[in-house]
Amino acid sequence: MRLITAIIKPFKLDDVKAALEQFGIKGMTVSEASGYGRQRGHTEVYRGAEYQVDLVPKVRLEVLAEEDDTEDVIDVIVKAAHTGKIGDGKVWSVPVDTIVRVRTGERGPEAL
Amino acid sequence: MKIDSGTTAWMLAATALVLLMTPGLAFFYGGMTRAKSVLNMMMMSFGAIITVTIAWVLFGHSLAFTDNASSAINNVVGGFDALGLQSLVDTATKDDGTGMPSLVFSAFQLTFAIITVALISGAIADRAKFGAWILFSILWATIVYFPIAHWVWGTGWLNTMGIEDFAGGTVVHINAGAAGLALCLVLGKRTGWRKEPMRPHNLPFVLLGAGLLWFGWFGFNAGSELAVDGTAGLAFMNTQIATAVAAGAWLVVEKMRDGHATSLGVASGAVAGLVAITPACGFVDPWAAMLIGLLAGVLCAYAVGLKYKLGFDDSLDVVGVHLVGGVIGAVSLGFLAAYPFLDQQSKGLFYGGGFGQLGLQVLGPVAVGGYSFVITWVLGKIIDKTMGFRITVDDERTGIDVTAHAETGYDLGTVYASGVTSPNGPTAPAAKKVDA
Repeated sequence: MRLITAIIKPFKLDDVKAALEQFGIKGMTVSEASGYGRQRGHTEVYRGAEYQVDLVPKVRLEVLAEEDDTEDVIDVIVKAAHTGKIGDGKVWSVPVDTIVRVRTGERGPEAL
Repeated sequence: MKIDSGTTAWMLAATALVLLMTPGLAFFYGGMTRAKSVLNMMMMSFGAIITVTIAWVLFGHSLAFTDNASSAINNVVGGFDALGLQSLVDTATKDDGTGMPSLVFSAFQLTFAIITVALISGAIADRAKFGAWILFSILWATIVYFPIAHWVWGTGWLNTMGIEDFAGGTVVHINAGAAGLALCLVLGKRTGWRKEPMRPHNLPFVLLGAGLLWFGWFGFNAGSELAVDGTAGLAFMNTQIATAVAAGAWLVVEKMRDGHATSLGVASGAVAGLVAITPACGFVDPWAAMLIGLLAGVLCAYAVGLKYKLGFDDSLDVVGVHLVGGVIGAVSLGFLAAYPFLDQQSKGLFYGGGFGQLGLQVLGPVAVGGYSFVITWVLGKIIDKTMGFRITVDDERTGIDVTAHAETGYDLGTVYASGVTSPNGPTAPAAKKVDA
């Protein structure tokens, strides 16, 4: 089992969510995040003054998946979140030892 | 003139309208700070209501609106005939020539003193010790506001010369703007200024505050006629005209300069228009009110950028809106005054009044602004050197709401909610346990 984490543009959340649902993913965790990558923030003009905004608002989406599905899930996310412009985000996965469904106590792939 | 029920009724209502402006200002300013200092910002306005009211009753009215026995001293400051307001109580039923009880006039003028002090607080957002602010508010009202009110509206030297200031462009706005500039120089910049974005955290509050100010300002301006007559109507209408035009003008400037018409812009533009029409509202024709509004909206929209060029952290633009707007209104009377009402006042240049009134309309802002700036700077320095005017950098980073008031404006988190410990800061003093 693997944990797939995606940092995406906030306005792409609906597209990514719909694509994952269509793929058959049954659950996810979404949180608001801020950060920067190669884009290094940007300047904004407000009330006649320029601001350097380092940390750009992003959405962090986390999905648990079976080992065999991992590459497909990553592809689905990347395809749905892609705009081709700077700041599209990143997706990565890490191995997960144990998963327990709190309500039933099921463990492993059963708990997905 | 006996007590006139119409005048008295209107002045009672106008007084309540002007008092509402200070809580309105608290919202206007509070929304503009960062979330971690909204309460402190609002507390500075409410604090001014407390301190200035007490000072007004004890000696403020007397220093501003009674005559000093020595005519030389009377040019500068009033006398002591109304200490504690006791001598005004008798005239409640007697004829004092105003058509209203003296205490109603006193209460009306008190609300002006309150908001003038509260206006200054916008220059020192996020970083002033609350106790130092409270002390400052009492001393500033005493040494700066009460004498200046006497100069312009009492029997002081500027009034004797014939300066025109219908509702307080000079006494209130230039005065507060110059004081704000001095005080933000004494306190220094906020930590992280120009490096971190310090955008307003709650623009609906800013708009709510601007709306309350706009509403209350009808009492401020039309009420300053101190009667129910045609001039009050003129002042009322001119207030609306200049404010709407200034708000629109500010938006046009923003759209052309920055690409967006912002809600902060419409609120600031409205206040700039209100400020500029304040000294002029009862003296000018409606077309002149439109011109004054246009000038205020455009010039103030540019003036709020001055602080970045010159490097002073006037946090909420007291200088750009109140000092600049006040000067626009005061000087414009030198050109546009059509209806002077005192013998020593004359019409503006465009109405054939010559250069005399224009000179006086320039002298007033220079004298009042200069006096206010110098005295405020000295007063601020004295407080800073003795008790300290500024909170520590750590407290500022944590947020002055938690560190000075043990509260946060928005207890929204599920983890920290309803405790005094909050996501905004590590620890605040724990609540005392109460034994049941």
